[in-house]
Amino acid sequence: MEVDEVYSSRKLDEVEGKAINELIARSQETIPDPDGWLDEELKRNILLTTVDAVINWGRRSSMWPVFCFPACCAFEFMTTAASRFDISRFGMEIVRASPRQADLMITAGTLTWKMAPQVKRIYDQMAEPKWVIAMGACAISGGIFRSSYSVVPGYNRIIPVDVYVPGCPPRPEALLYGIGMLHKKIAKMSITSGDGE
Amino acid sequence: MTLALSGEKIARQIEKRFPESVIESGADSLLVKGDSLLEVAAYLKSTPGLDFDYLTAITAVDYYDYFEVVYQLTSLKHNHGLVVKTRCYDRDNPVLPSVVSLWRGADFQEREIYDLMGISFEGHPNLKRIVLWEGFEGHPLRKDFL
Repeated sequence: MEVDEVYSSRKLDEVEGKAINELIARSQETIPDPDGWLDEELKRNILLTTVDAVINWGRRSSMWPVFCFPACCAFEFMTTAASRFDISRFGMEIVRASPRQADLMITAGTLTWKMAPQVKRIYDQMAEPKWVIAMGACAISGGIFRSSYSVVPGYNRIIPVDVYVPGCPPRPEALLYGIGMLHKKIAKMSITSGDGE
Repeated sequence: MTLALSGEKIARQIEKRFPESVIESGADSLLVKGDSLLEVAAYLKSTPGLDFDYLTAITAVDYYDYFEVVYQLTSLKHNHGLVVKTRCYDRDNPVLPSVVSLWRGADFQEREIYDLMGISFEGHPNLKRIVLWEGFEGHPLRKDFL
């Protein structure tokens, strides 16, 4: 057929497939949740407490989420962002298309292995400090698709997750509660212990 | 509403032109031999009075003993439809002729069937996986896939 040039090249497909298979092989274990902040209270430096308080207040008061909405939980996120629930109350209304300008990834939806390398790349491109909220059953564990051949059984296979918000999908109140949990976590962070942790 | 044509009536018409190409026919569908699928499809598309100029959908079913591929044809000119089926008994290397040369819409659907059911379409210009990634093992819509 004379329309061969409209098709993507097989070579490109093979490179993509190889990357996906390598990611699957690398992601057989879950990444442990970041929990260094739990000990933070104990070793808190008294001189820096006020600085920490100001920095943490700034960080948590303007968390900009990045676009990562692969499935239906996105609608619940939109509701959360819209006027009735209004996440601009927390300085979060600017959802960034560029990961360079975002602090928070709200993983709203089922992730397939074919999509996983791109999500991991977006997470890697976000500047530190950065946080992840796993929103919904699929993001936590793969949900009803957990035993599927093509679905990532939980985002924590590819990226570390800070807060898990259960529900299928979670109601906006649940997501706001999760954001509140993350605020509490950020409030306990200290700049003396390195990047966010 | 689109009128569903009787498979028996069309089958008699096809039999006159291509003897022994139709295996069986019922009120709503007809079953065609895999070898003669392409010529029957071309006949259905180009015969005045039938004019099946639009391929609504292709699906494949795994019946363990054989794969059945179902073509839903529609004529936008006459507003009537027909269901054509064909079977493929070879489980290790199932091959059927591609109808992309007749209906361009078959392109992605045949690729999807190839991807998920593992049926090869001979004469397809770009037969490769479409939903899953290159290097995935097996064809997940087969009943014996685990």
